[in-house]
Amino acid sequence: MPEKMEIDGVEVTFSEGETVLEVAQRHQKDIPTLCYDPRLEPFGGCRLCIVELEGARNPVASCTTKAASGMVVRTSTDTIEAYRKTLLEMVIGENREVDVHPLRGYASGELMSLRDKYEIEDTGITGAKSGTSKTDDNPFILRDYDLCISCYRCVRVCAEQEGDHAINVMNRGFHTQITTEFDGLLKDSACTFCGQCIQTCPTGALADKKALRSVDEVTDASLNKTRTICPYCGVGCSVDVLTNNEKIVGIHPAMDGPANQGALCVKGQFAYDFVQHPDRLKTPLIREEDGELHEATWEDALDKAAEGFRKVHAEHGRHSIYGIASGRAPSEAAYLMQKFIRVGFGTNYIDNCSRA
Amino acid sequence: MSNPLVDMQKPDVIFCIGTNMTECHPVAATGLKKAIARGAKLIVADPRRIGLAEMSHLYLPLRVGSDTALLLGMAHVIAREGLINEEFIENRTSGFDEFFEHISQWTPEWAESISGVPAKDIETAAMWYGSSDKAAIYYTLGITEHICGVENVQSLCNLALMTGNVGREGTGINPMRGQNNIQGAGDSGALPNNYPGFQSVTDPKHQEKFKAAYGKEIDLEKGITKVTALELCGDSIHAMLIDGENTLLSDPDREHCEHALRSLKHLVVIDIFLTETAELADVVLPATAWGETDGVCTNTERRVQRMRAAVPPPGEAKPDWWIICQIAKRLGFRGFDYDTPKPIFNELCHLSPIYAGLDWERIEKSEYQWPVPHKAHPGTPRLHEDTFVNGKGIFSNVHYRDPAETISDDFPVWLTTGRRLQSYHTRTQTGRAQGIDYLLPEESLEVNPADLEKWELADGEWCKMSSARGSITIKVKATNRSPRGTVFASFSFADVPVNLLTGSGYDPVTHTAELKVCPVKLEPL
Repeated sequence: MPEKMEIDGVEVTFSEGETVLEVAQRHQKDIPTLCYDPRLEPFGGCRLCIVELEGARNPVASCTTKAASGMVVRTSTDTIEAYRKTLLEMVIGENREVDVHPLRGYASGELMSLRDKYEIEDTGITGAKSGTSKTDDNPFILRDYDLCISCYRCVRVCAEQEGDHAINVMNRGFHTQITTEFDGLLKDSACTFCGQCIQTCPTGALADKKALRSVDEVTDASLNKTRTICPYCGVGCSVDVLTNNEKIVGIHPAMDGPANQGALCVKGQFAYDFVQHPDRLKTPLIREEDGELHEATWEDALDKAAEGFRKVHAEHGRHSIYGIASGRAPSEAAYLMQKFIRVGFGTNYIDNCSRA
Repeated sequence: MSNPLVDMQKPDVIFCIGTNMTECHPVAATGLKKAIARGAKLIVADPRRIGLAEMSHLYLPLRVGSDTALLLGMAHVIAREGLINEEFIENRTSGFDEFFEHISQWTPEWAESISGVPAKDIETAAMWYGSSDKAAIYYTLGITEHICGVENVQSLCNLALMTGNVGREGTGINPMRGQNNIQGAGDSGALPNNYPGFQSVTDPKHQEKFKAAYGKEIDLEKGITKVTALELCGDSIHAMLIDGENTLLSDPDREHCEHALRSLKHLVVIDIFLTETAELADVVLPATAWGETDGVCTNTERRVQRMRAAVPPPGEAKPDWWIICQIAKRLGFRGFDYDTPKPIFNELCHLSPIYAGLDWERIEKSEYQWPVPHKAHPGTPRLHEDTFVNGKGIFSNVHYRDPAETISDDFPVWLTTGRRLQSYHTRTQTGRAQGIDYLLPEESLEVNPADLEKWELADGEWCKMSSARGSITIKVKATNRSPRGTVFASFSFADVPVNLLTGSGYDPVTHTAELKVCPVKLEPL
């Protein structure tokens, strides 16, 4: 028998180990969070996910509270919403900038969205701003700590999701700062440049420096996403390719990717620009009598490709022709390569690049 | 892989051998790190002190090419200590009695004499693996790129079979595939021994099926492998169609390979760049790249997934499937009238029992792990749960063999090759991605610091590295990742063509090259 609890007056079921936040989210409750990433252990740092729990003196953080039988929870009372707004005003008040570009990272707009949802225009909080940006000459990860709200998502994703423990926290309180061991460059740390920190950051403090090269061309409205699979190793990570006017401007990991669950490596995250590199072949090439390759039309190139196979076949027989399929092209290409050899020449003279 | 990637978080004992997973399959390695954080024990066998070795609980630094000896020693201990799973052996396997007798001679002390791994560590590894309820094996090319690749894999299967570590969550024998669709290329029948769906070309049933489907008599015997084909270039092979492979840089013995391709009367290369291989072609046809092509690929856990075009291709580049169809049609071949990839994939599904339940629409909405034998089937995340494809799991009485070439007075150093995190294969892609050079600007030879003096080398200086096939110049990098007497370089950089040196031999069954072992000598420049 599944266990039962009550959320906002409705009886719901839950399974052992689920948190109140997880149960509430399953029932479409829109509870604000900043330090929460469903892939990570609950942290309870931002307190935005507080709910009223009957019998408890104070509101509890729903992300760290395990669901229990008979619990009665209210997720959105006036008091709770007032607390949340005050907490948000305090976070926003000490932050230098809340409006950030979507190219900064997958979650970079979270604080901005909450500000808009809670209609916070002027926090009324003046005084010192926290954070100090860090100069780091690496080409991938912008360390704009002026925008950091100390949610520790980057530290936790690096430790829990990646297992790299490259970044951590120095100082305390208002002076808290995310940094590497010995406060050095990422390159000199255990960082593998997988980009997970920039994708989980809810304010864009850690940001995709490579994607931001296109910041002047890209608006929210012009940015498109296409779901596909990473072009590198055999793990088959799902990614969303970010495009703007037919140009690839960045990559987001697919948080629901079955093979990667939001994880990527440096190649999948950052090594995409070979696709639109000027070196790409744009026309067919034919080797002409001068011994050099020259640009040609498709008609001429395909005719010459076919003619060569026809001649060799006529001269040396069907066992003189061999096909090598790609491990990088889609299966339709490999399937047709083997069909080409088997249907065309009646041989099994076909292989792919898996032997070396 | 016998088991899904999510299973990587589940084992109690993980045995990684010949896999540099944190660099070559970094995202898969995240699952393994989670298992360790949860309390799983990690055993790593690798000649090099790679990142995985650093995080292991037991590191077995074996000599390159001695895997079979190490694994026989482990099997010996598991049997000797009574850690075998008798019920599994009885119900699911055959040939154990002979195997039990076979391994009685291969003591851990003998294994130490071959592999250099202390016998007591071999015993510990065997005890951990053998006494765990859920033990999983992960391996990559460090197991297969040897002349004894088949024996290495069989040795791993022996361990899993004798302990029943297969067919359950958190167990299995899990090779990690190296390219985004290398699994799919095999699934699709681009193999000399199999029709699509791994249907043997020598089985009369499959011969009839494809004769009917393709309307063509096809050879009743297996074709030759790429390795053999390259050897026969100019002799009996005179024309080749190569799709998306930089054969010249990725294959062993570059000089031989270049000679082979140059001796062809007709070479057609389909690719996205003018690679070193394409430069030798008579006709080069520009293909659409990743991000520009709609299609299907299959990952290392047999998950069949959709790839989608996000941007238009440059210039006149066309999808590979379109190009192949155009050549076929000009030659009068039947069955190449496709306008989109969808009917091609559906035809593959129709002809492959492992894909029988799939079609373009189903893949569009979700991903399935094959086999998917019919339309109502949910897919098969875990293989061998109740039965093996061929009935029983068969023990293999393998013997250790030396590598094709062993170190000598002329070539006293072991070279082993592989890949690095920041570069991919021959760098046709990562070499053209901005920023990657910041992390890895050039190739260097990893040498143990204690070996520098003996070979008169200096950290950061150039050296000449030679094998029986050729020599290259490479920068020296002193690092404890390399053990004494063994050096490492990747084959990624065209200006440091390590595959000029490799190519000492091939596995006689799979024709996989022994890229992991190559005796060399090192001299200062």
